[in-house]
Amino acid sequence: MKEVKFKIDGRECTALKGQNLIEAAKANGIFIPTLCYFKHLNPLGSCRICTVKNNGRPIAGCTLTIDEGMDIEVNSAELLDLRKAILEMMFVEGNHFCPSCEKSGDCEMQNLGYETGIRYARFPHLFVDRVVDARPERIVVNQNRCIKCKRCIEEIETNDGHKVFNFTNRGNQTMVSVDYEQEAKLSEQQAEHAMRICPTGSILVKGKSFGKPFGDRQYDFAKADTNIPLTDLKKHIKKDKKKKRVATTSLAGCFGCHMSMLDIDLGLFDLVDIVEFDKSPLTDFKKFDERCDIGLIEGGCCNTDNIEVLRKFRKHCDILISVGECAIWGGVPAIRNTLPLEDCLKEAYLDSLTSEENETVIPNHEDIPKILDKVYCNHEVVKIDYHIPGCPPNANHIWNVVKNILFEEDYSITYPEFKYD
Amino acid sequence: MIPNNHITQRTNLVNVLWDIQKKRRFINKDDIAKIANEFDISKTELEGIISFYHFFHFKDAGKYTIYLNCSTISKLHNYHEVKKAFEDELGIKMGNTTKDKMFGLFKTSCIGLSDQETAALINYYPFTNLTAEKARTVVSKIREGQSLQSICDFPKDNIQYKPKDEKKTIFFKPFKMGEGLEQLKDLSPEDVIKMVEDSKLSGRGGAFFPTGVKWKFCRNNASDQKYIICNADEGEPGTFKDRVLLNTYPELLIEGMAIAGYAVGATEGYIYLRAEYKYLKDRIDNAIEKFKNAKLLGKEILGIENFNFNVKVFMGAGAYVCGEETALIASMEGKRGEPTTKEYFPVEKGYLGKPTVVNNVETLCAVPRILEIGLKNYLSIGTESTPGTKLLSVSGDCTKPGVYEIEWGMKLRDFLSLIGAKDPHMILFNGFAGECLSMVDFDREISGENLLSEQIQFQFKDPIEYAYKMSGVGLRSGGSFMVFNKSRSIISILKNVTDFFVAESCGICVPCRTGNFLLSRKIDKIKLGHGNKADMEEIQEWSHIIKQSSRCGLGKTSTNCLLTAMLKFPEEFEKLTQNESNFNGSFNINKATHNYDTIIQEIESTYD
Repeated sequence: MKEVKFKIDGRECTALKGQNLIEAAKANGIFIPTLCYFKHLNPLGSCRICTVKNNGRPIAGCTLTIDEGMDIEVNSAELLDLRKAILEMMFVEGNHFCPSCEKSGDCEMQNLGYETGIRYARFPHLFVDRVVDARPERIVVNQNRCIKCKRCIEEIETNDGHKVFNFTNRGNQTMVSVDYEQEAKLSEQQAEHAMRICPTGSILVKGKSFGKPFGDRQYDFAKADTNIPLTDLKKHIKKDKKKKRVATTSLAGCFGCHMSMLDIDLGLFDLVDIVEFDKSPLTDFKKFDERCDIGLIEGGCCNTDNIEVLRKFRKHCDILISVGECAIWGGVPAIRNTLPLEDCLKEAYLDSLTSEENETVIPNHEDIPKILDKVYCNHEVVKIDYHIPGCPPNANHIWNVVKNILFEEDYSITYPEFKYD
Repeated sequence: MIPNNHITQRTNLVNVLWDIQKKRRFINKDDIAKIANEFDISKTELEGIISFYHFFHFKDAGKYTIYLNCSTISKLHNYHEVKKAFEDELGIKMGNTTKDKMFGLFKTSCIGLSDQETAALINYYPFTNLTAEKARTVVSKIREGQSLQSICDFPKDNIQYKPKDEKKTIFFKPFKMGEGLEQLKDLSPEDVIKMVEDSKLSGRGGAFFPTGVKWKFCRNNASDQKYIICNADEGEPGTFKDRVLLNTYPELLIEGMAIAGYAVGATEGYIYLRAEYKYLKDRIDNAIEKFKNAKLLGKEILGIENFNFNVKVFMGAGAYVCGEETALIASMEGKRGEPTTKEYFPVEKGYLGKPTVVNNVETLCAVPRILEIGLKNYLSIGTESTPGTKLLSVSGDCTKPGVYEIEWGMKLRDFLSLIGAKDPHMILFNGFAGECLSMVDFDREISGENLLSEQIQFQFKDPIEYAYKMSGVGLRSGGSFMVFNKSRSIISILKNVTDFFVAESCGICVPCRTGNFLLSRKIDKIKLGHGNKADMEEIQEWSHIIKQSSRCGLGKTSTNCLLTAMLKFPEEFEKLTQNESNFNGSFNINKATHNYDTIIQEIESTYD
């Protein structure tokens, strides 16, 4: 085969004519992310993450073969954002609760989330009820996590050449169905292969744990001392000026974000010199005294009290910030969003392990808040000015963002410092 | 249950499924097990195929299955009252089957009868111009035991216009079988291809790929077997010109296919007929029979050495995306009708891996005419880059809906007066995947002259500047022309368009599968008056994402109407959007607590 010259982002590259772009780029030291491309499979072009521009036209990189003089654009601002958008769309389409996923830490999709620097999905989460099917012999298929990349459909066959997985339905009802009869014919090895090629935690083999444990990735080794210290806060102390006022609250959250706020430890002493706290669990003030510069909201809205508090915060604060995943899109409490409210209440109060028949009731009284039909994220209810992602966000992130907004200082966070799971 | 006359060849799978669906009214678990076994595929793979097609059912669809068209033109007419009439009369809701399994009522995307809406198919027999009363009568006649054949309305052709000068008419004039084929005696395949290339004939389904070039590619790919496929899966909402051509001149089509076969060296032809046009199958089969009897199909046609050609009809099963050529081929091969990644074009590796030409009905029908009237005469009709005539399917707010054969180059303004458009406000041009036109476009001409790339069109912001700059820019359409007057809600029409793409997306790629669904929810928000400026910006941004990253033409074009409508009717959106507020208007606390209140009420009532 002939060696040809082509360009990636203006850089001269060489590859064999007819070579796949993903491979050719890799050989030239350029990484093009993808979730469906798999070495020996025919390019599927299903995940669209590898979208590049060939002579100005957008196309899936995995479906391109190298030819002389090609001019490929991979890492332009537009394409980087496009890739992020596609990934965000996958996150909102399924129900990806990383903290409760077996594959967290060894998940191609999660890695790519960090890689592309997703901090916040521009699309609303859809919370569609999806099946977790444990009926197959060896594997469990969790539809919540499936991104329909088609890898398993193309790759996994029984020894006699039958497909184990296939798409059923179409449009946004499309799902990967598993054939029980064929699945039972798979060897342990074949089943594990299916689990490995799945870019998410959608295909799991019963009784098999994952090679890489939680928290064993580059993101967990980000050095703590790279975080910006708070000691330079002192320069903002001006006797003649009023201290800035901050209010905080926890709605449907676990108070973990508040614990994280306290994690700045001694920095707190510096902080109180320039900031005054209004209504907040930190001060235990129940009511607003004055108008505040910033309101920090942890957690989303699951009942009418949350709504009332959130609206009050909006009324009394100039700037409102959602802190943490629950505030941003619902987070862990939103796991219930795929189920009818009635089922949730029954499970919690009537049919739980500790409840006795006819002894427990679903509580209701005019004094207790009503439960909403689903957990709403804060910006669905009021206007939110900023989001600080993380579960919980790092203490320094929170305070540096607040500082940045209050005193108009530049501050940026690099992606390895984020941690969602 | 499985008919023995079917060979267990994958290409026969859709036929087998059709036989069972027709006989039993659904495909049950036992059928699936048997068929999967017979075709040696897994049950899940088979279920994947069945569930892909709209007209195959897993549950009993009733002895009489009613498919009511829910497209936007149907809704301009009597859709809502007809739906209610059917529901009341049968005592079921849309999407269900009566208890006695006599009737099933389902909605379906455009069925190619936009000139006689509201329309429905009952066991694939057409019923047109429905009213509530007519719907009730139809049901009672069926209950009385009258045959569907006797009570259905065979659709009118509604050919409203052709060029006054017969010399300028290409399609709608008498046709003598074999006249085009006769000329092949003096022409080599290369001559035919050259002629088609010089005629500048291009794909009339709407993609306008040069036909001659496609044929040349196919001819140059050496293979023991090649195929000609006629794409009669006319699924673009508002298009029905192929229906009229198939009904009036199927002979013209067959001859066009035979000529194409001669040119590229193919010996087998298939007409992929959409299931919605099943009532035309007999007409086409008869025409094929006539050709065979006249020895104009078969071996050594007209004594020309090595000119062997046969035509068969293949029935689709209800999927818009199968109009995309690679999806169509996948469907014929007995797979899910998913488009391929275009690693190979069909002219390289098409049906069963062999070089294949896929052409639209209208394209193939034009070929014998070019041979008949001669290239020189053909080129004298129409415009420089688009010679000849074009068929347009007109529907909506006009006095004369139907099919129009116009010479390329007609001004849009003149065309609107020709069809008797009453106070035209918005036009959906080239179907749901096309473009939204408004008054600023009325001075443009319907032709392929001075075409601009899409990006430039979207950039014009000022209407006066737009009208001025666009007046010389041509407009090409595969055939759909839907016109709406000022009384129609543009946002409702756009909602229908977006929902159509949600339903018809094949589901492989996330931008099309989920992106369109997200847009549909966004439009709902705006329709309810809860949208603001940020929502409008998001629609544009998200549409751009879908356009850039979708896997096939369906996703790439699905937001065209929405984007062009936003460009041309900003006032329609502005009147629905609110000013930015600190409190989100779309959140309604009463709605959010409604479920809880109901649950508590139920509990309390059991205490009493």
